Amino acid sequence: MSSSLIIGQYIPTDSVIHRLDPRSKIAIIFFYVVIVFFANSVMSYGVLALFAVGSALLSRVPFRYIMKGLKPVWFLIVFTFLLHLFVTREGDVAFSIFGWDVYREGLVQGGAISLRFFLLILVTSLLTLTTTPIEITDAIEELLGPLKKVKFPVHELALMMSISLRFIPTLMQETEKISKAQASRGVDFRTGTLKDRVKAIVPLLVPLFVSAFKRAEELAMAMEARGYQGGEGRTKLRELRISKLDISLYVLFALLVIALFMTRS
Amino acid sequence: MGERQVEFRHVSFKYQEDMPWVLKDVSFTIGPDEWVAIIGHNGSGKSTIAKLMNGLLFPQEGEIIVDGMKVTPETVWEVRKQVGMVFQNPDNQFVGTTVRDDVAFGMENHGMPRELMVERIKESLEAVRMEAYERHEPHRLSGGQKQRIAIASVLAVSPEFIILDEATAMLDPKGRKEIMKTVSDVQQERDLSLVTITHDLQEVTLASRVIVMNGGEVWMEGTPRDVFSRKEQLTEIGLDTPFVSKMADHLKEEGLSLSREPLNHQELLEDLCTSRLNM
Repeated sequence: MSSSLIIGQYIPTDSVIHRLDPRSKIAIIFFYVVIVFFANSVMSYGVLALFAVGSALLSRVPFRYIMKGLKPVWFLIVFTFLLHLFVTREGDVAFSIFGWDVYREGLVQGGAISLRFFLLILVTSLLTLTTTPIEITDAIEELLGPLKKVKFPVHELALMMSISLRFIPTLMQETEKISKAQASRGVDFRTGTLKDRVKAIVPLLVPLFVSAFKRAEELAMAMEARGYQGGEGRTKLRELRISKLDISLYVLFALLVIALFMTRS
Repeated sequence: MGERQVEFRHVSFKYQEDMPWVLKDVSFTIGPDEWVAIIGHNGSGKSTIAKLMNGLLFPQEGEIIVDGMKVTPETVWEVRKQVGMVFQNPDNQFVGTTVRDDVAFGMENHGMPRELMVERIKESLEAVRMEAYERHEPHRLSGGQKQRIAIASVLAVSPEFIILDEATAMLDPKGRKEIMKTVSDVQQERDLSLVTITHDLQEVTLASRVIVMNGGEVWMEGTPRDVFSRKEQLTEIGLDTPFVSKMADHLKEEGLSLSREPLNHQELLEDLCTSRLNM
């Protein structure tokens, strides 16, 4: 177990993007995801791409980490492109491969959809790359705040998330310990048929669950002993604050929206 | 607010109606700035005492008075501000994702303003000499360090009583020493009463008073010197005495006379030097 284990994919480069309030980041990304679907001209896509790529550059996150985030969806992007390429039968025939006609419209649509995908993934992965999980948790608690009025357990949800984050490394260490203990008793995790290997996980999971329950019980008692009585009347150490930087982001985003609608065809 | 003390008045407790009594008619008082060690076998009711003091459990009979307040479900939040607790497992009481967040947890619960929290985090981390670890995550700390953070978290709320419920049981000797040093430093610096529930005899010798529990009753009470000199009574209920104490016994059997029951090597050594001169 490395001592610098970081949960998620946060890259601490301390850029302007990192310093933005996590609530601003989540909100802007949400609206970005919405407006991406309004683009319909080369120029409008260009404006959107400029914003996304610009943010990525500003974040100073090394290129390979961003690419890593895109890895699982490359297939999807390529697949949708090809699908559009071969299925769309509108406009003129652009060229033909292996006796299959590829239409102009297919090329355009495939390109547009893939670009859309790419932009969405790029922007959302920027969130997790530049924001710590606990900041995201705090932001979610704040953003969902209004739902408290309809009795939605916002505080409890956030607490659950932060406790999970805190215990992930602990449980990982424990899993390692148990798997070693079981391996020393002859459980084989690595070889055998798929069925055998799935079966071998049982003696790993059972002790892990038992101990997790015990931990939960003890933690609950420790929390109570330290005066925890729910979200009511609680103050918070971690403070979210909207700074000038956030305001600039809002202005920039507003300009982006205007530019987008001006460049639409 | 009444006088600064915890008082057990004829407290009896059982976990369930059809179960035997865990505590039977237990009475004692813990005064200001005292250090009381509670020892006893597993199942002697030591840990139950800790949970009763903090209002995690309520007695069926008798009452517990903390600072003149009777511990009831109504006063329990006030009581928990005055009685801090450190548990056995260093991992299972660490709530925050970083040291700083964990120290703040208790204060957040009590609704303290943010500025005060920041100040108190600094103070209490300094008190346990962990100020360099403020931003560390729990998995990067050793067991002893985590327990020191647990103590800091309790200190931050500035209680009058701190209970260590076998807080050193899961630590290695080094971690144990660290904790005991921290605790005794803190107790000297601040107005605090300490209650340590323990198996560790070395810890007991540091206390100003010892309560020996057996079968849910107070079996013996006195200074550590007092308690360890009554060896027959301790061995009767299967409790061990410290090595120095045993050593002193053997020396006495050999005809040496010691002026007092020694609590540590230093004391025994001094005593031996002087008795040699008397011979």
